[in-house]
Amino acid sequence: MKFTATRGLIAAAVLGLSAVAAHAQENPECIAPANPGGGWDFTCRQVGKSLQDLGLIDKTMQVVNLAGGGGGVAFAEVVNKRGDDNDLIVAASSATATRLAQGAYPGNTMEQVRWLASIGADYGVIAVAADSAVNTLPELLDAIKSDPTSVSVAGGSAVGGWDHLKVLIAANAYGIDDVRSVKYIAFDGGGEAVTQLLAGSVQAFTGDISEAKGFVDSGDIKVIAVLSPERLPGEFADFPTAREQGVDAIGANWRGFYAPGGMSDAAYDAWVQKVGDLYASDAWKEVMAANGLAPLDLQGAAFQSFVAESVAQIQSISREIGIIK
Amino acid sequence: MELFASLGDGFAIALTWQNILLALLGCFLGTIMGALPGLGPSNGVAILIPLAFTMGLGATPSLILLTSVYYGAMYGGRISSILLNIPGDEPAMMTCLDGYPMAKKGFAGEALSLSGIASFVGAFLATWGLILLAPQLVKIALLFGPAEYFALFALAFMTLGGVSSTNQAKSAFAAALGLGLATIGVDTQTGVPRFTFGEVHLYDGLDFLVAIVGLFALSEVFIFLETRHGGSDAEGHKLKIGKLYPPMSMIKACTPTMLRTSVLGFIAGVLPGAGASLGSFISYSMEKRLVDKDGTFGTGDPRGVAAPEAGNNAAAGGALVPMLALGVPGSGTTAVLLAVLLALNITPGPLLFTQNPDVVWGLIAALFIANFMLLAMNIPMVGLFTRVLMVPSRILMPIVAMVSFVGIYGISGSSFDLLVMIGFGVMGWVLRKLDVPLVPIILGTLLGNSMENNLRRAVTIDNGNWWTLVDSPLSIALWAIALVGFVLPLIVGARVKARMHARRDTEGAISD
Repeated sequence: MKFTATRGLIAAAVLGLSAVAAHAQENPECIAPANPGGGWDFTCRQVGKSLQDLGLIDKTMQVVNLAGGGGGVAFAEVVNKRGDDNDLIVAASSATATRLAQGAYPGNTMEQVRWLASIGADYGVIAVAADSAVNTLPELLDAIKSDPTSVSVAGGSAVGGWDHLKVLIAANAYGIDDVRSVKYIAFDGGGEAVTQLLAGSVQAFTGDISEAKGFVDSGDIKVIAVLSPERLPGEFADFPTAREQGVDAIGANWRGFYAPGGMSDAAYDAWVQKVGDLYASDAWKEVMAANGLAPLDLQGAAFQSFVAESVAQIQSISREIGIIK
Repeated sequence: MELFASLGDGFAIALTWQNILLALLGCFLGTIMGALPGLGPSNGVAILIPLAFTMGLGATPSLILLTSVYYGAMYGGRISSILLNIPGDEPAMMTCLDGYPMAKKGFAGEALSLSGIASFVGAFLATWGLILLAPQLVKIALLFGPAEYFALFALAFMTLGGVSSTNQAKSAFAAALGLGLATIGVDTQTGVPRFTFGEVHLYDGLDFLVAIVGLFALSEVFIFLETRHGGSDAEGHKLKIGKLYPPMSMIKACTPTMLRTSVLGFIAGVLPGAGASLGSFISYSMEKRLVDKDGTFGTGDPRGVAAPEAGNNAAAGGALVPMLALGVPGSGTTAVLLAVLLALNITPGPLLFTQNPDVVWGLIAALFIANFMLLAMNIPMVGLFTRVLMVPSRILMPIVAMVSFVGIYGISGSSFDLLVMIGFGVMGWVLRKLDVPLVPIILGTLLGNSMENNLRRAVTIDNGNWWTLVDSPLSIALWAIALVGFVLPLIVGARVKARMHARRDTEGAISD
């Protein structure tokens, strides 16, 4: 053990002397704050594999699944126990920002960690059943405006969760002032919500484009709006954006990473550069295409302020609908 | 035939060496679990969940292992019923009535193999029933809106007590306890944490698997520690098996019985909540009324052995139908299997058949394979299992404890979960002492959230109108069945229960 410690010290000394960009993460580790199989787990494993394939890290990235509290267990662990770990990154997404904004990680705030970079986004969609009389987003929002009780919107997240907030962002942008009147029904996951849309229990669906894709292909539902700045490439190009229908709403379920708050600037910059290089590579473009990820290219300070804005926006909507005071 | 094509794909998935070995292992362990008094199918599956996770198995292999255990336990239950007059699990209770008298008359071998055949017939027909019925149920699943789901959950709870429990009130208490435990965690309808006391580990609610392993497996260990009934229950008994193969005439005489009771058991299994105990009970009593003209039932009539065995194995298959098609378990053990599915990130329900056809059809094919394996295992090799009855608990129980702790820690890597598991173990021990059934607690914990959410969804969609709950023919029908299922046992229950529990093992208050 003593030998390893000495070797570690020497390595650290050598690394400290070497240039910033060459800072090699000795034992890269990624915490996926959920069980294997979910989105966060995918983020860690896919990025770890691609980084190694591209030669950006020498050693295999170790992926640790630390589930619990919707990411809260991992967040608390990083803040309390791993605060100055230079080798560690943690998978995050809009859900992380939403929970931070709503104070769902008790005693934790977004300032306690350093936000690293995004690796893509899954844009939100609003859809209706294929045989619905509604064909455009304004038609749906008009129906809600004139009689909020007539339209139930189903989504896969909890009330106040990201699927809910997306509808509210759209409703807000369309001039529906009292967003609390929008009737949102929470289901356990997008699949169940779509099933209920097909069963006719609800009139509209809000979710991520990747959840909706299969049902669009099978002809069961039609997407009336994508909440992206402009039309998405490839097979998603047929979906109209909300913006082109006059509703200025953008809702991206981004994926990315944060790092411990006490990570050294050198290590932080090195990680930012690595993930940036990864994002720019062709190999990553293929991964994004294969997994339905749309572009969202933000690193370092730009990503930090993006998350901060997103947290502020979620906080203001959550306050309006009374989830936080 | 699309059905056969799918089934063919299923066999292609199931017939790998790994899956066949897992099925074999599951059948073997399941039969042992079933044969050991006290360890029923629910405990059997619960104990082996950590094993499946620790082995790092994928979804389909895990399910194949655990459903083989499930079917195996249903087979195994009869062994100790017949030889020792102690039911290996609750559904095997009715098998004691004629099985033990047969064994006393020196026909133990015949009784064992006949009941093995009956188990096979029941399970085989029920697997076909599953294949035919589940996809149909999926088609009408779109009729199930939130209100109908709520009614279906209510039906599951109301029929759960039924004839199989000692006391309807205790059953209801257990269900309420489970529903209460389910409210822990962040409420998905509003995002508000409930009963979490700021403990971030509780935000996702209690993990069902931890609860299940604690309640079933660990409490078993506690019961053992307390009673220390040293060797096994079989000590002192000289187990004589005798001739292994029953005469053709006996099988022939029992065939109509097996066919009738398979159908009956299957129906009892499909109804949510009722489960295998009800299946074997109804089967036995119907056959008695139908064919017992000379009053030979209860004195060692082979038909009295065949009827409950075919019935309870058919019910085991039937209980898989609502679990796979609607995500509502038909019995206690399927509730445990449902928890496993959820932990594997597979959501049972109408979408399962389109999104994970490999899982569904692989599982169904594995059931067929397991069935043949079990038939092969249970007739020539029955002697081996009778010897297992003599394994002393002092060797068995530490293994159970070890598997529980290692397994649960292996799943989550959290010591908090171990504490929760111990808590549930102690709770399970206390509740068993009070003769409170444990299955309703699991069902409550597992279904509580969905039940509550569907109620709230239904009412929200209809703008606060509670009459929406009885607004469709389907929901009215479900409520009607639920009411009958709850009230009927109260009326006719007393007589039935007296009979059913006359020979009841006092050891475990676990019902299937």
